[in-house]
Amino acid sequence: MATKAIVGEKVGMTQIWDDQNRAIPVTVIKVTPARVVQVKTPQSDGYSALQVTYGMRKASRLTKPEAGHFTSKGVEPGKRLVELRMDDVSEFSVGQEINASIVEPGDKVDVTAISKGKGFAGGMERHNFKGQGASHGNHKHHRAPGSVGACATPARVFKGTRMAGQYGNAKVTTLNLSVVQADPERELILVKGAVPGPNGAMVVIRGAVKVTNKVVKV
Amino acid sequence: MNATDVIDRDSLRDDIPDFSPGDTVKVHVRVIEGSRERIQVFQGAVIRRQGSGVRESFTVRKVSFGVGVERTFPVHSPVISKIEVVTYGDVRRAKLYYLRNLSGKAAKIKEKRDAR
Repeated sequence: MATKAIVGEKVGMTQIWDDQNRAIPVTVIKVTPARVVQVKTPQSDGYSALQVTYGMRKASRLTKPEAGHFTSKGVEPGKRLVELRMDDVSEFSVGQEINASIVEPGDKVDVTAISKGKGFAGGMERHNFKGQGASHGNHKHHRAPGSVGACATPARVFKGTRMAGQYGNAKVTTLNLSVVQADPERELILVKGAVPGPNGAMVVIRGAVKVTNKVVKV
Repeated sequence: MNATDVIDRDSLRDDIPDFSPGDTVKVHVRVIEGSRERIQVFQGAVIRRQGSGVRESFTVRKVSFGVGVERTFPVHSPVISKIEVVTYGDVRRAKLYYLRNLSGKAAKIKEKRDAR
């Protein structure tokens, strides 16, 4: 599990120049300070996590349960409540602010978001199937998946066989992206490479959990 | 105005002269050899300018020892130390790909008489 995490909004992609004058593709993520609303510990909740909120929301737009939750904790209401799973939450307290300075350039992070929805997609788009020939007598089966199994044995289609269906609009995590810039003043984090979801989507950034400590031999 | 302009502003250069396809330019390129840095000049005709913002790029074509050489640079690249416009060309196209099929005198670009 992660040692650090923060929530942000995807702004979009652009490029910047690195110290060797190469163009680096980056995703800009707006990270407004997150306020801790609730600290969940193994003793109280059975697991450790932080419940945070970010941004601003009018008091009149809150539901009564939400308003009660925020007032009892004494935290200003934000856009939404997000839970960040953490290894250790002992350093955090209710009302504390977390900002973009928790990550530094060069850090590896994982970014989680809801991917762009593609609707009901065929096998070619959803699973990168090859499709079938354009010619050689093919008739109206150019994008069909082909066979989904054998005949009398097993006489059924195996579970999990890749077929057409809903594609996208699912929680996706991109692992091991490196942080290029972290600017708490402008409330921005730049990560190298693409991040799931459309521009404006809420993303959760956490310290990389599967990073390998490979030593690069010179 | 794009949402990422806050970041792009840092990468944009303001010392780039006005030039367009057809113009002959000298591009001063920073070349790093080991620990030393020197300037290499690439002179030729601009045959294309494409894209916008920080991603904008242009292509310069020259004929070197009878072989056409084209080099594409990002306009805002820090590799370019400076761009000098030598002549302003008089052309009717935005993309001068037809120059690739021409050689000698036919490949010459007419100079604009009323320079900008």
